[in-house]
Amino acid sequence: MITWANFIAQLFNGLALGALLALISAGLTIIYGTLGVLNLAHGAMFMLGGYAGFVVFQLTGSFVLAVAGGSLFLVLVGGIIELVIIRHFYGRPPEDQLLVTFGLGIVIVELVRFGFGGLTRIVPPPGWALGVTQLGFLIYPTYRLVELGIAAVSLTLLYIVLYRTRLGMIVRAGIEDSVMVGMLGINVYRVFMVVFGIGAMAAGFAGIVNTPVVSLTPDVGESILVRAFVVIVIGGVGSFPGAVLGGLIAGEIYSLTSMIDPAYSDAMLFVAMTIVLLVRPQGLLGTRGRE
Amino acid sequence: MLKRIPYLVEILTAVGLIAAPYLLPYLGFAPNTVNRILVWGLFGIGFDILFGYTGLLSFGQSAFYGTGGFVAAYLLTVLGFPNVWLAILIGTVVASIVGYLVGLVALRRTGIYFAMITVAIAEVFYFVEFSPLSEYTGGENGLPGVPTPSLYLGFTTLHFTGGWAMYPFLAACYFIGIVIALRIVRSPTGAVFSAIRENPLRASAVGHNVHAYKLMAFVVSAVYAGFAGCLLGILQGFMPPEAFTFETSGQLVMQTAIGGTGTLFGPLLGAAVWLFLQDFLQSSLDFGAAWKLVLGVIFVLLVCFLRRGIIGGFVDVIAYFTAKPHPPAPEEAPVTAEISAAISPLASVGLVRRREEAPFTGPVIEARGVTKSFGGIVANKNINFTVEQGELRGIIGPNGAGKSTFFKMLTCEMPPTSGQIFFHGRDITGLDIASVCQLGLTKSYQVNQLFTRLTLRENVVIAALAERRGKFSLDLLRRIDKVPGLDEQVEATLGMVGLTARADVPVAELAYGEKRRLEIALALAASPSLLLLDEPLAGMSPRERVETVQLLKNIRRGRTLIVIDHDMDAIFGLAEKITVLHDGALLAEGTPAEIQRNKLVQEAYLGGVAAA
Repeated sequence: MITWANFIAQLFNGLALGALLALISAGLTIIYGTLGVLNLAHGAMFMLGGYAGFVVFQLTGSFVLAVAGGSLFLVLVGGIIELVIIRHFYGRPPEDQLLVTFGLGIVIVELVRFGFGGLTRIVPPPGWALGVTQLGFLIYPTYRLVELGIAAVSLTLLYIVLYRTRLGMIVRAGIEDSVMVGMLGINVYRVFMVVFGIGAMAAGFAGIVNTPVVSLTPDVGESILVRAFVVIVIGGVGSFPGAVLGGLIAGEIYSLTSMIDPAYSDAMLFVAMTIVLLVRPQGLLGTRGRE
Repeated sequence: MLKRIPYLVEILTAVGLIAAPYLLPYLGFAPNTVNRILVWGLFGIGFDILFGYTGLLSFGQSAFYGTGGFVAAYLLTVLGFPNVWLAILIGTVVASIVGYLVGLVALRRTGIYFAMITVAIAEVFYFVEFSPLSEYTGGENGLPGVPTPSLYLGFTTLHFTGGWAMYPFLAACYFIGIVIALRIVRSPTGAVFSAIRENPLRASAVGHNVHAYKLMAFVVSAVYAGFAGCLLGILQGFMPPEAFTFETSGQLVMQTAIGGTGTLFGPLLGAAVWLFLQDFLQSSLDFGAAWKLVLGVIFVLLVCFLRRGIIGGFVDVIAYFTAKPHPPAPEEAPVTAEISAAISPLASVGLVRRREEAPFTGPVIEARGVTKSFGGIVANKNINFTVEQGELRGIIGPNGAGKSTFFKMLTCEMPPTSGQIFFHGRDITGLDIASVCQLGLTKSYQVNQLFTRLTLRENVVIAALAERRGKFSLDLLRRIDKVPGLDEQVEATLGMVGLTARADVPVAELAYGEKRRLEIALALAASPSLLLLDEPLAGMSPRERVETVQLLKNIRRGRTLIVIDHDMDAIFGLAEKITVLHDGALLAEGTPAEIQRNKLVQEAYLGGVAAA
């Protein structure tokens, strides 16, 4: 039975999921836009973020520290991966980059499985975010609202970094033409490393924030990666606003379809993607010829 | 050496398949492992044609593997189909139809987009199998009770039950698969596939319908995947839902990369390594679940250091020890004489595409009010331009005058913002570049657009194939040497540019001047009646310039040429008429003498100094 309250609740769910997907996809899309590498290990970063947060939470018992520590860890992991492996693949065909990041993803997932086993792990939401909140017209789990808030704040932060700082200006210039940026005397490799770290952090951060909602397994990143693909195909590859718009659209499609029949929610996402591809192949906010 | 004995690869494969059950048990292979390797190997043949040969990396092959398998399994179990062979056939056909439809969507984009879309589409199949269609597919339980095949031979019936008894059936299927695949990659279509992998832009510029060929490669991969999926159900007596997972597609990609892409046998070898290590690490070394970690690390190392996999590495080692030096480029030999001698006027006329309709007497090409703007920048402003039959026209202009943009519009590489282009009186505005090339209009590029990893001859063959076979032809199983007139076309083209002696050298090893001549040869092989040359002399040494000017004089016989260049001496000597572009607009047009006297032209080049 579809009631108004149910519908509104699902709209909120869609918003929360959408904001999360937007964050993950933004990470994927700024890496692709700047470095030209589609990181197939991005789902593994999401998962690794969750586990890193889990470890910090075990040690400290603080959710906030878990989020901060996990995020820092992912910046480090991303930077190291860029430095040790990805850097040697800029001159190679895009297919090789896909293969190596795909392999890296598997190695990371299997390492975590090796270290933590295949059992599910849980990080509870912080005490102040337990229970439900009365929103006047509907009752909604508090942590979901917190998650929505965190995702919105971090997207805004990412936006500020990308559009209001010197680093962001270099990154956006790099998306347009990284060769030219190099010619202007900017050390693009250092920028690439930072961008890969930030992209990985966006995924990892989303991974931690999501753990109180969806429990952790080593395979949690796989379906997220596929959904992030859908998001950036819908929004337009390499476009930060596209990732945000695509994420919100995907989140709403997913939630509203599950209200009618959860079995079709993923399929509907791909229907939406196909329609976008047929009508506007470069994505809603994408630029023609960038691929 | 491999080419001397016909069917050598096929014979060796047959011998290997027959010997395998006698040898592999000594290495610790269980019969069921060998059977699974064959199914993976067959699955991978199609993927290798798609990725290794055509350059399209799909992460969604599981969709067709699962579709073929579940259709066959459904027919055999739920519907009680009596004939296993027929079920396999139907399963494979359904998978190929699905492949065609998916290809229509996925191939709208290339590269990284294509990979992402295939992943996403394969996920749809997985969800559909699990939920909406679970009534038919058994959801997460799959379809149990798939029967094994048998073959009635007249006097006895062969029952392919499990283990080694199943092996001959699967080995025969694999053999059929590899024989067909070998024919495909050696066919004209196979040559076009590799052209698409190397340089899709040039493949369409010489007149191939790249999209149609990509779709064909995609369908071929779906056929193999569907066929292998059918065999998986039969092999296991049960059709597992895991066939549809992303993990299946990923494992296929990894196995192919481990074994070696672009080798056809790579997937088989990769599967053997994969399954052997999996068994070995799990049972003998007691690694438990960590086997996949080890395989993942091996895979990453291979991608980093041995990009063509085990077979590729092996081939490189052999090539290193048995390498014969290629005939060197003739140092001070009179190449000019060779070029002139190699080509008689008649032969050059023979290379011009014969036009069947009544001869058109108007201008060969006409541009009416052509304008091109990129955002706010106007690259070409309202250009009116005509060239008559048999003319050699020069186009000059300072850098940034819009010459190359103008050429791109004449060959329909990009559409004009406004205006029209007529070729032999026919409006070609908005046609695609391949169709225009098929009409007899093509160009050589300012920056070389070659098929770099192929030999010089293979390059010319690809261009000549478009001329011989048209935009698209479904000759998957035809031998390339059976294309009528191909050899003559290729030899004549090579002769014209004086590269016959270097025909079997890989493009990467050619000198720059030779690459430039090959660039022209690719355009010539399409037998154009109108040939556009974008800076054919750029970057050449003085001696190479003399040779190329001679070449241009030769190839103009029987055709119309338009040449862009900055070498004023050469172009004023060659052309009857010269068009000057400046700031995207037509500045002047006339004979070389008129242009030399033109005040406007002098100012455009010298910034008014000449007037002072």
